[in-house]
Amino acid sequence: MSAIRKLGAPPLRYVGRMGTMGIFLFKAFFYSIVPPIKFARVLKQVHFIGFQSMVVIALTGCFAGMVLGFQGYNSLRHFGSDAFLGPTVGLALIKELGPVLAAFVVTGMAGSAITAEIGIMRISEQIDALELMGLNPYRYLVVPNLLAILICLPLLTAIFDVIGIFGGYLIGVKLLGVSEGVYFGEMIAYVDMADIMEGIYKSLSFGIIIVWVCCYKGYYTGIFTGFGAEGVSKATIQAVVMSFVLILVWDYFMTSLMF
Amino acid sequence: MIKIEDIRKSFDGNEVLKGVSLEVKKGEVIALIGGSGCGKSVLLKHVIGLMKADRGRVVVDGKDIHILRGREMNDLRDRLGFLFQGGALFDSLTVFENVAFPLKEKTRLSEQIIRERVFKELEHVGLSDSEYKYPSQISGGMVKRAALARSLVMDPEIMLFDEPTTGLDPVMGHAILELIDACRRRLSFTAIIVTHEIPEIFEIVDRVAMLHEGVILCEGTLQEFLSAHNPLVRAFVGRGIEGSQVSRGKYSEKN
Repeated sequence: MSAIRKLGAPPLRYVGRMGTMGIFLFKAFFYSIVPPIKFARVLKQVHFIGFQSMVVIALTGCFAGMVLGFQGYNSLRHFGSDAFLGPTVGLALIKELGPVLAAFVVTGMAGSAITAEIGIMRISEQIDALELMGLNPYRYLVVPNLLAILICLPLLTAIFDVIGIFGGYLIGVKLLGVSEGVYFGEMIAYVDMADIMEGIYKSLSFGIIIVWVCCYKGYYTGIFTGFGAEGVSKATIQAVVMSFVLILVWDYFMTSLMF
Repeated sequence: MIKIEDIRKSFDGNEVLKGVSLEVKKGEVIALIGGSGCGKSVLLKHVIGLMKADRGRVVVDGKDIHILRGREMNDLRDRLGFLFQGGALFDSLTVFENVAFPLKEKTRLSEQIIRERVFKELEHVGLSDSEYKYPSQISGGMVKRAALARSLVMDPEIMLFDEPTTGLDPVMGHAILELIDACRRRLSFTAIIVTHEIPEIFEIVDRVAMLHEGVILCEGTLQEFLSAHNPLVRAFVGRGIEGSQVSRGKYSEKN
């Protein structure tokens, strides 16, 4: 009997945690809609998530575009279709690489910091202190991050896309000799609004995933990952890895739905 | 005012509280003593609703705290103050901002009135010159005093202190207890103090309860504790008095 109990305990624990995660997301949405909203904290998080990630977004976007320029040109050249370099770089960035890589950068820069901050607040009883003041921790710790990322991530993705397209231009046009008019002309012909909207929808949903996972992992530090510095470090690692995996899995489902 | 009835609590099959019952009347201050890890802080967290008992209930002013939800719970918590063992100050805010936080978030007072109340509270705890420092820039004793100011700024009717002197030197520990006593006389709150400070704590409380192996072993005054039949109680209080005398002696030799 005890062997059966031991066998069944881990799956039950995981189902329980999934339920807790689901309730956490529901509460995050609920308190994002129902006032009061802490606008000052939302602005602070917009600065933290958006502004502080911009340099890294610009750098990664530029290099991602440059790599696409090289690889795209190399592949298309074999078929005599190097004129399609512009649409190739544009579509790859706007529909896939832009939203996914921008989400990865924000997870690494802001998501990990959010988990660590909330985790430290949990283990040093600061979240308990909030609750004992009769204040709702979701309104102070989760909702501002959720609203801020919904504002920032689509904009960061757009910046990533634009700089990436410029990176592809530098390689394709300036280095490899593709005509400037062809690069941009074909891009305008093949990239339409639906493609841009697909990228925006993806970045919005990735933003929700990042805040959901990172805030949840921080909020339950101590309960699921152990206390102290080790608990916070475990929670942060789990948050980043889980966000990356969920972003890629969700990206597949969104792509297959919008294909 | 606070009625703890047959509280039982287990963690991973280990029963920490095995049916604790205790009553605190309005205006009364009770100290909860006992060995480390006997469940004193756990019991305190049940009183404020941060933990839910497996069995039993905590009644505050006729209301079972474990069935209160939402607004009712917030209303009750507005009347409670809690001093955490580590202070639980918000580390991204200054001492001033920490003390002002509940006033800003829970009241509609003007900035000017909030400033005045915060400075008054900081003056009471002797932190008038450290208001713009961050918790990481001040000593352990100052963190405790800042946390005390934050918990008192809303004028609570009930105060719960979780080991207010832990980690402090004997002189600072005694100063914190004197501060609690002064605040009690000023605000007339009902309080439970979890502490190891024996015999000093007997000077500032009305009654002491000793928790041992998950149950209240003894309740009463210092004399009642010293004349108790239970050798464990006598030994615990007696050693506390000896320890206190030794530490005071050492301290006076050093100085």
